Amino acid sequence: MSGPQPPREAAGEVAERPGRIEAVEVRHPWRWVAVAVIAVLALMLAHLLVTNDQFDWGFTLEVMNQNIVLRGLLVGTLFTTVCAMAIGIVGGVLLAVLRLSDNPVLAGVSWAFTWFFRAVPRYVLLSLTGGLGALFATGLSIGVPFDFLLTQWFGTPQLRLLSIDQQALYALFGGVFGGIVGLGLSEAAYMAEIARAGLLSVDKGQHEAAEALGMTKRLAMRRVVLPQAMRVIVPPTGNEVIAMLKDTSLLVAIPVTTELFYRVSQIKNQTYEVMASNMAAVLYYLLATSLLMVGQYFLERRFGRGYGASPRRPAAAGVSLGPGGAK
Amino acid sequence: MSTPAGAPADAPATPVVRARNVTKAFGHVEVLKGIDLDVAAGEVVCLLGPSGSGKTTFLRCINSLERIDGGRIWVDGELVGLAERGGRLHRLTDKQIAAQRRDIGMVFQRFNLFPHMTALENVVEAPIRVRGLPRAQAHERARALLERVGLADRAGNYPAQLSGGQQQRVAIARALAMQPKLMLFDEPTSALDPELVGEVLSVMRELADDGTTMVVVTHEVAFAREVADQVVFMDGGVVVERGTPAEVVANPREERTRAFLARVRAGEAG
Ligand SMILES: Nc1ncnc2c1ncn2[C@@H]1O[C@H](COP(=O)(O)OP(=O)(O)O)[C@@H](O)[C@H]1O
Ligand SMILES: [Mg+2]
Repeated sequence: MSGPQPPREAAGEVAERPGRIEAVEVRHPWRWVAVAVIAVLALMLAHLLVTNDQFDWGFTLEVMNQNIVLRGLLVGTLFTTVCAMAIGIVGGVLLAVLRLSDNPVLAGVSWAFTWFFRAVPRYVLLSLTGGLGALFATGLSIGVPFDFLLTQWFGTPQLRLLSIDQQALYALFGGVFGGIVGLGLSEAAYMAEIARAGLLSVDKGQHEAAEALGMTKRLAMRRVVLPQAMRVIVPPTGNEVIAMLKDTSLLVAIPVTTELFYRVSQIKNQTYEVMASNMAAVLYYLLATSLLMVGQYFLERRFGRGYGASPRRPAAAGVSLGPGGAK
Repeated sequence: MSTPAGAPADAPATPVVRARNVTKAFGHVEVLKGIDLDVAAGEVVCLLGPSGSGKTTFLRCINSLERIDGGRIWVDGELVGLAERGGRLHRLTDKQIAAQRRDIGMVFQRFNLFPHMTALENVVEAPIRVRGLPRAQAHERARALLERVGLADRAGNYPAQLSGGQQQRVAIARALAMQPKLMLFDEPTSALDPELVGEVLSVMRELADDGTTMVVVTHEVAFAREVADQVVFMDGGVVVERGTPAEVVANPREERTRAFLARVRAGEAG
């Protein structure tokens, strides 16, 4: 006989079949080296934070507890972030829908908006919106456009519903409102691209299935396409929210002073406690960002429905389900 | 349109689908070159033909997923996608087209279930949002339909948790939930593993037995032979041959039909 003999076990001459594997796992010595190095670095950092007298944690806490700092955090930082993102997300989705619409004029408007607001730096944009009040020397009204021409030509009375005088406009745009408008419009331009990518990620068959059921394009968008696009939209939007939180420190360009970092800087400049004051701002930004990350986790879970493994058991469905089934 | 009382019994009923000289081009490529078709109420029509012959395109024209260039299609006596006013044809608005589609169910080759909704949510969506049916009633009807397609115990599963055959059966239930006058099927079993084809075909067979009016694009010749009232063989954008299954499937007159059937049967055997 030529060729290697099969092992006797394989030939079935020994009754015992191979059993449970008790093997030595692969070892990772370099992982332990890395852990040691990182541990040493972490200890050094901790030592620095605790013993260096530039860090005065008591003072930091005191700064964090100042009323003006808290107001800055709430109004200029958190409230502005929430409002600007609301404008940004709603505006961005609208812009994306316009951009993808069959109407070339609407698509063009969307493109031009995005072009402008992405090109201008936020700091510059904020100093623009801060001064918007100056554009309207006679105040701003809502009514029939160019009604002053009609008045001039035909002597008709002015057709105006709501008027704001210039003083009020100055105050409005020169305050948190101006900041929200500037940051919100800028954000809408970025969100438009994110939303567009999300909408494009949804299969054409989904539009068709919805429309074949008699849904209008609008209903199909709202009930079928957007919820699926959200899965793609949410993660980068999380980034945008965090970036927005930090960009509220640009409100100083308006200039708005009820803002976290501006207020912290005021204290810093009065006390010369540079590190300790800055750490107050750092800790608040860390805290707020952490909360946002928790929120993002839940949003991703909500819009990931149907893509994960677990079957849903809606209260209305009542039926008890086995996981997945055999097929 | 209903026949007025006292009309002669032999007055021809309005066909559910009537297509005359339908033409359609994509760019310069003419895909449909004058298709005629009549589908009577309760009738099952199978469209056979080689790939690229225009079957899908024609089916999609019936519910305005494609716009036709020439000819006319009527569904239940109503012109599809157009309205005649003052001696001129006017295109319908998106809203009016949506309203026409409510009465036409469509089942796609790739199922196209809504992946973010459970099977039950897929089925109740259009009745609630489009027909305005009360929730409770929609859910009750949806459960009955899922039961009918053999998926009562899968109501809470997402599409990703269902096999292809199960997904397609949910898609059929979803279309039926709108209580359409007409069901369109575009190769409903072509994307399925062979062992899952039977479960979908048997659901369709039951629908046919219940008198559902159906237009089915399929390569399942056996299904066409056993279930269809009328078989239409298309090739190159024209109807090559039509008749009963006994004529077209068992005894094709045209060489092209014979060649196609031989190819399909060889594929099935292999
Ligand atoms: N949206 C489209 N754009 C351009 N060509 C298309 C489009 N849809 C279908 N076609 C072409 O039309 C012809 C008929 O296609 P189709 O109706 O899908 O045939 P079948 O369903 O019989 O296989 C094919 O040549 C195909 O390439
Ligand atoms: Mg096809």
